[in-house]
Amino acid sequence: MNAPLTSGYNFAYLDEQTKRMIRRAILKAIAIPGYQVPFASREMPMPYGWGTGGVQVTAAVLGADDTLKVIDQGSDDTTNAVSIRKFFEKTAGVATTTVTSEATVIQTRHRIPETPLKEDQILVYQVPIPEPLRFLEPRETETRTMHALEEYGLMHVKLYEDIARHGHIATTYAYPVKVAGRYLMDPSPTPRFDNPKMHQSPALQLFGAGREKRIYAVPPYTDVVSLDFEDHPFEVNKFDKPCALCGAEGVYLDEVILDDRGGRMFVCSDTDHCETRRADGNRGEMSPDSSENRP
Amino acid sequence: MYVAVKGGEAAIDNAHALLAHERRGDPSIPEITPDQIREQLALAVDRVMAEGSLHDRDIAALAIKQARGDLIEAIFLVRAFRTTLPRFGASEPLDTSAMSVRRRISATYKDLPGGQVLGPTFDYTHRLIDFTLAGGAAPPAPATATQGEAAPHVTTLLDDEGLIERNPSAAPDAPVGDLTREPLAFPASRDLRLQNLARGDEGFLLALGYSTQRGYGRTHPFVGEIRFGTVQVGFHAEDLGFCVDLGTISVTECEMVTQFKGSAEAAPHFTRGYGLVFGQSERKAMSMALIDRALRTAEFGEDVVAPAQDEEFVLSHSDNVQATGFVEHLKLPHYVDFQAELGLVRQLRSEFAARQADLDAMRKEAAE
Repeated sequence: MNAPLTSGYNFAYLDEQTKRMIRRAILKAIAIPGYQVPFASREMPMPYGWGTGGVQVTAAVLGADDTLKVIDQGSDDTTNAVSIRKFFEKTAGVATTTVTSEATVIQTRHRIPETPLKEDQILVYQVPIPEPLRFLEPRETETRTMHALEEYGLMHVKLYEDIARHGHIATTYAYPVKVAGRYLMDPSPTPRFDNPKMHQSPALQLFGAGREKRIYAVPPYTDVVSLDFEDHPFEVNKFDKPCALCGAEGVYLDEVILDDRGGRMFVCSDTDHCETRRADGNRGEMSPDSSENRP
Repeated sequence: MYVAVKGGEAAIDNAHALLAHERRGDPSIPEITPDQIREQLALAVDRVMAEGSLHDRDIAALAIKQARGDLIEAIFLVRAFRTTLPRFGASEPLDTSAMSVRRRISATYKDLPGGQVLGPTFDYTHRLIDFTLAGGAAPPAPATATQGEAAPHVTTLLDDEGLIERNPSAAPDAPVGDLTREPLAFPASRDLRLQNLARGDEGFLLALGYSTQRGYGRTHPFVGEIRFGTVQVGFHAEDLGFCVDLGTISVTECEMVTQFKGSAEAAPHFTRGYGLVFGQSERKAMSMALIDRALRTAEFGEDVVAPAQDEEFVLSHSDNVQATGFVEHLKLPHYVDFQAELGLVRQLRSEFAARQADLDAMRKEAAE
């Protein structure tokens, strides 16, 4: 991404005809929550599996007045988040931010921000395998039929077998959800910790899978229910300690190895959330003394 | 201890600068030019054109240079360029029987109208490293011949006797499928299957074609014909109301003739497998033809039992730009998912240890 890309390309890279095609798919996806809409995914200048679906969805919904935030694993500063943010700075010239509450469009890989989203925000997920049933049934022809018939017994059997074998459901991310009481949906490989945030979210949630050529959506204020059983209710991942830098509890934490003698600390996966809390004076057990040292 | 959670951006810029530096190699060696690649690494250029799905030798050569010779990376560059190009429409079908032939061979007939034309080929060479090439001596001038008589397709000769299935008749007004503009759905029509294979990875197609020869979906194939050369591309311009020549492209075409034992409804006859790729790549065109036939298994009422016969399996995994992207995305950070798995494994292990402790306690009690 060294060479300047801007000259000769349309606003946000894709031509208007392609954007219209993607918007039509998005509208259909919003109209049928959780349903995977096939779309003519384009080849993008970044590799498949690195967010081409999310990038196409973002390009299709982005306007000149938008403020874009891009996160990967909760962080604004991981390599791929930097690369995608730069891509839109270059090709669309839109304002970018790392502050969740300031963004109008947030493209994400594997996390939902800790700061609750609002009505005027769009969360765009990058999706590697859109089909929640794929690892139970590899054939698209089969899984499409299963969705059409709302035949989701296979997934319940899988979860039941988890319980029979391990005593509890052993799916920790990409935990299947049912959307608006109809379609089984893959929430993308977000940790199941984030699943409850999808339920009745005021923000529009769009999912783009470029390689698999599928778009799906959860409209604002839609029921998103994680599958479970009455005697084994859905639970989120829990952490024993708060964030070592900002002291936040009830957030998703990354484990950071400190040395080769078993030393480790747990810090917020959502870097913006952590920084905002520290700027507000919150401290964790391992935070540097002075706020000037904040990155 | 202070943990860095930021600092990626400068590192990324530096990595790209280092890549540009490495690409150049030793500055005391003259820099390679795209022209040299186009002329002297012509088969690499052909592969990038074919799988990049764009007939442009200069773009392909430049992509090879930019990709440091990594052909899949070069194909990716070409694809990302191609996707931004405007579409004017679909050309008229190529008339490959009117090809200006550089090479044309048949394995089913010793001689045939148009003759066997060996052309530029590695076949029949001894694969001995030629140390004289290191010196760069000019090769001797090749023998030349004028274009001979017309070379009709071998399969049309079989057609006359009704020995081979008829090709479906041309449907000039039928829409042309394009999987780059419409997402592929299954079952896919043959035009889309062929488009997918023509863009597919040479190595993947080769291995699948090979597997059919080793019994995983056997078709008893014969090379009816392979031809390589240039053909005219015509375009019907709506504004003008007639067909205009856009120029010539180089293609390799392979027609496999395969066995069919017949069924209750159909007498025994030969069937077809078809391969067509940009540039010169007989390996790819032959593999494509083998797989095309294998993917028609169900059409002939035969059982789909082998990977090469399985449309979803073949078409979903043939594209090397998709494949390399998804395989290599595993390099991206996955720490939030890994964290979730770490938590689970720790929990499972502690539950396991607790169960073991209970068991040990019970055994101890029983022993006492």
